[in-house]
Amino acid sequence: MSETLAELVRGLAAGQYSSVELVDASLGRIRRHADLNAFITVDEEAARAAAAAADQARAAGATGLLLGVPFAHKDIFCTAGMRTTCASRMLAGFVAPYDATVVARLRAHGAVTMGKTNMDEFAMGSSNETSYFGPVRNPWDRARVPGGSSGGSAAAVAAGLVPAATGTDTGGSIRQPAAFCGITGLKPSYGRVSRYGLIAFASSLDQAGPMARSAEDCAYVLAAMAGFDERDATASERPVDDYVGALSGDLAGLRIGVVREHFGAGLDGAIGSAILAALAEFERLGATLVDVSLPNSAASLPCYYVLAPAEASSNLARYDGVRYGYRATGYRDLEDMYKKTRGEGFGAEVKRRIMIGTYALSSGYYDAYYLKALKLRRLVADDFAAAFAQCDLIAGPTAPTTAFALGAKMDDPVSMYMNDIYTIPVNLAGLPALSMPAGFVGGLPVGLQLVGRYLDEARLLRAAHRYQQATDWHRRVPPLS
Amino acid sequence: MNQKDIEKIAHLARLDVSEQECVSYAEDLSRILGLIEQMNAIATEHVAPMAQPETTALRFREDAVTMNGDPDRLLALAPACAHGLYLVPRVIE
Amino acid sequence: MEWETVIGLEVHAQLSTRSKIFSGAPTAYGAPPNQQANEIDIALPGVLPVLNREAVRMAVRFGLAVDATINHHSVFARKNYFYPDLPKGYQISQYELPIVERGRLAVDLDGEARTIGITRAHLEEDAGKSLHDAVDGMTGVDLNRAGTPLLEIVSEPDMRSSAEAVAYLKTLHTLVRYLEICDGNMQEGSFRCDANVSVRPRGDSRLGTRTELKNINSFRFVERAIDYEVRRQIAVLETGGVIRQETRLYDADRDETRPMRSKEEANDYRYFPDPDLPPLMLTDAFVQDVRTNMPELPAAKRERFCATYGLSRYDAALLTATRELASYYESVVADGGLDPKLVANWVSGELLAHLNSAGLDLAATRVSAAGLAGLLRRIADNTISGKIAKEVFEAMWADGADADRVIAARGLVQITDDSAIESLIDEVMAAHARQVAQYRSGEEKVFGFFVGQVMKASRGKANPAKVNDILRRKLAP
Repeated sequence: MSETLAELVRGLAAGQYSSVELVDASLGRIRRHADLNAFITVDEEAARAAAAAADQARAAGATGLLLGVPFAHKDIFCTAGMRTTCASRMLAGFVAPYDATVVARLRAHGAVTMGKTNMDEFAMGSSNETSYFGPVRNPWDRARVPGGSSGGSAAAVAAGLVPAATGTDTGGSIRQPAAFCGITGLKPSYGRVSRYGLIAFASSLDQAGPMARSAEDCAYVLAAMAGFDERDATASERPVDDYVGALSGDLAGLRIGVVREHFGAGLDGAIGSAILAALAEFERLGATLVDVSLPNSAASLPCYYVLAPAEASSNLARYDGVRYGYRATGYRDLEDMYKKTRGEGFGAEVKRRIMIGTYALSSGYYDAYYLKALKLRRLVADDFAAAFAQCDLIAGPTAPTTAFALGAKMDDPVSMYMNDIYTIPVNLAGLPALSMPAGFVGGLPVGLQLVGRYLDEARLLRAAHRYQQATDWHRRVPPLS
Repeated sequence: MNQKDIEKIAHLARLDVSEQECVSYAEDLSRILGLIEQMNAIATEHVAPMAQPETTALRFREDAVTMNGDPDRLLALAPACAHGLYLVPRVIE
Repeated sequence: MEWETVIGLEVHAQLSTRSKIFSGAPTAYGAPPNQQANEIDIALPGVLPVLNREAVRMAVRFGLAVDATINHHSVFARKNYFYPDLPKGYQISQYELPIVERGRLAVDLDGEARTIGITRAHLEEDAGKSLHDAVDGMTGVDLNRAGTPLLEIVSEPDMRSSAEAVAYLKTLHTLVRYLEICDGNMQEGSFRCDANVSVRPRGDSRLGTRTELKNINSFRFVERAIDYEVRRQIAVLETGGVIRQETRLYDADRDETRPMRSKEEANDYRYFPDPDLPPLMLTDAFVQDVRTNMPELPAAKRERFCATYGLSRYDAALLTATRELASYYESVVADGGLDPKLVANWVSGELLAHLNSAGLDLAATRVSAAGLAGLLRRIADNTISGKIAKEVFEAMWADGADADRVIAARGLVQITDDSAIESLIDEVMAAHARQVAQYRSGEEKVFGFFVGQVMKASRGKANPAKVNDILRRKLAP
């Protein structure tokens, strides 16, 4: 399945194939490439039934943006009747009694859920190696990581198991795996997509978004996902743009900001060259490049590693073995039950972050860590506001390296965290950003990040789409058996 | 960060950590704190804290009962329950 | 040494909303365990809170009633701790920026006017309930109450005696019911009180170390718990000991306070702004709308009762004790243009006495305001005497009949016909010749005896004024 989602939508509408045929093909590939470990749960029967229902509906005259398209959800979205594990032992057997808003909307638009994709435990990780269900392998090189935390979704799309999947992005968890796997992934503006039913990692940073082959695909999926939800108090009430319609149009007059700080030490030189080549392509397409500066972006990483763990330490307090989820055995009393349940139910990285967050909020350290980080967050957001006075989009590398080897960074959390240095500032500011393929280094995909103004997803997608019409990086598929 | 700090935090967070884990966590967390302390390179005296993207004001819901579904299906998720109650080891006040 | 007591109270008032503060589950009391806890209340993964507008309106209504500052920018924070009845592992509460700050409440302490400062009032969610030993040696958790809106009202340490604390608490209790923001039911836990108590040598300006008393669920227990704790603290200090800052549980059965085991370790609540809830920004229009719809407050109503109805301060206070009683009173007065003083006597006398002895709330009264008005009209138009009216009231209370029906059925209409009264008097005088002679020889005090005999002969129905007149004329020598 090397077609894009948009092509499949048109093929289904034209009757070139049925949804049942697409779903069977998808199931075949999921089975054939099970070694990628991209999925935690696959429900073949439910998928076939949904495909048959979609074909029937189409025969009866129904249309739907994604009617009959095979689709996968990151296992962080609650799905009624299909287990939702967040890749954690804590929720290994948990079946939510409700659908996340995102899941319900995609289903309402006709998407057929194939299953739930692997991820870093509770979305904490940049390599998909913290999953209780084992690491995901990068389809371009199985000895390498797919990125994280939405590594299963990225690998599944790159390997053609499904044309598109959902991801979530707290500090880069859609964009960095999209870059590592050579696909297109969009993190929408904070509040553009409902968080209801998305298992929280860091609530002020989490945002759900599409992962697919192309910007056009992302426009289709975002159109189905986005919009106000009365169940999420942080959801924006602003109307949703016509993302698919906005794809047409040229880039004349578009000002693209290039961040000086992004090309400093730490960036792989070959990646830098690939990014500069992509920027030159944008110029050929009519855009102009302007230099911008994000002077406080260096502080983003430490700031994020206070705020995200602080929120996580509180968000994950509900996993106590009382009402659902894992409960340890052999405890002495209530305290012991809590500690054993949480000690055994969470993996090492989750526990590290809970401890960092607990520490940053604890009495005596709050001002030096948490409050300081909140102030830096303001400075980072202000930097973007100043930059966007001079440009319409900001472009740069998504990650400082290409996909690294499995196990390479597991012993050094700080070097793992450095992966997200370009993506994190965007979450702190709440802005939309996407990553798309912009070349290869050593046979591995390179990701270009585009950042937009608040709720300016349409412009981001148009720019990416125009670039993808002029290039074919996004059409490259990994050499799978 | 030493083992005692780790024990204190682990207790606050209700995490069981073995003595051996304590050592490695102390090491990891010290490194992470080293990263975090880079924050101090930037002065923030007159900066207002920003807890979340300031994109929307708090919305209200109307005061209406919208209980949907059977509460017993929620109880069915519990590791231990009886007589409609979630059960935990005895708590002493 | 002479000691001075210093008390501050923290009151948790459950707000009378239909649904919970952050979820659509109902708040009604007494449902079977966990039947009123939805996925948000039990904190399933992925759920989010959305704030109930009515809870905010109620908090603002309270703030306006105590002349407080209404903060147009307030923030919900998370208070983090582990406890089985706290499903999220944190309580959503307002911490640094509460919705209401710096108010005051005027309190009458045995005729002396006192003003107690209100530091703040903030919105938060209630926890569930732990039922210890519910099932063989285990604690059972019922989350029906989890997420019920609370207004926590924190006073300044302005009270100097347990009596003053009780007076403040009662005034606050009346106020929240007037405002219709809390039903005030202390047994069901809708109105709960914690007391911060310390003592210091009289004349000292520094506060002593305080203890926090929990679980005091009646006005009487508030008084007793504080009195016990004051005695305990003085005894400790006078024997050279020091007071530990701690939380203590009041045990009503033993009438003592003791340290709470579960609160022994110092808590570190790690408050931080709840990222699921943007700041609460109130517009002027929102506050103005609440102000426009404010009910008349107890103090204003009391003043108006004195001025409009010519009542004593005592009667006015009694009749305005609850909004329901005041409105009952006013509707009796209005229904038939009755003498306000007469109505006051009947409402504060017969009605309250009957309610008390039957243990009923006014809502369950067996004599309605219209019914009482009907009865009092028959006194006003001389159909019956006040004494007969009490008999009629009994009958009305017993079977809910209206006054006219009781009067007719029992033949209680007053005898006002002169000749009928004269013939009754003639009979009495004939039967008591010796007393007639006594009276005529100057022993005027036997006059009362004749009145009594005539009333008895009429079975209470003779018009007392006419009996007096005619009797005086007939007995004259």
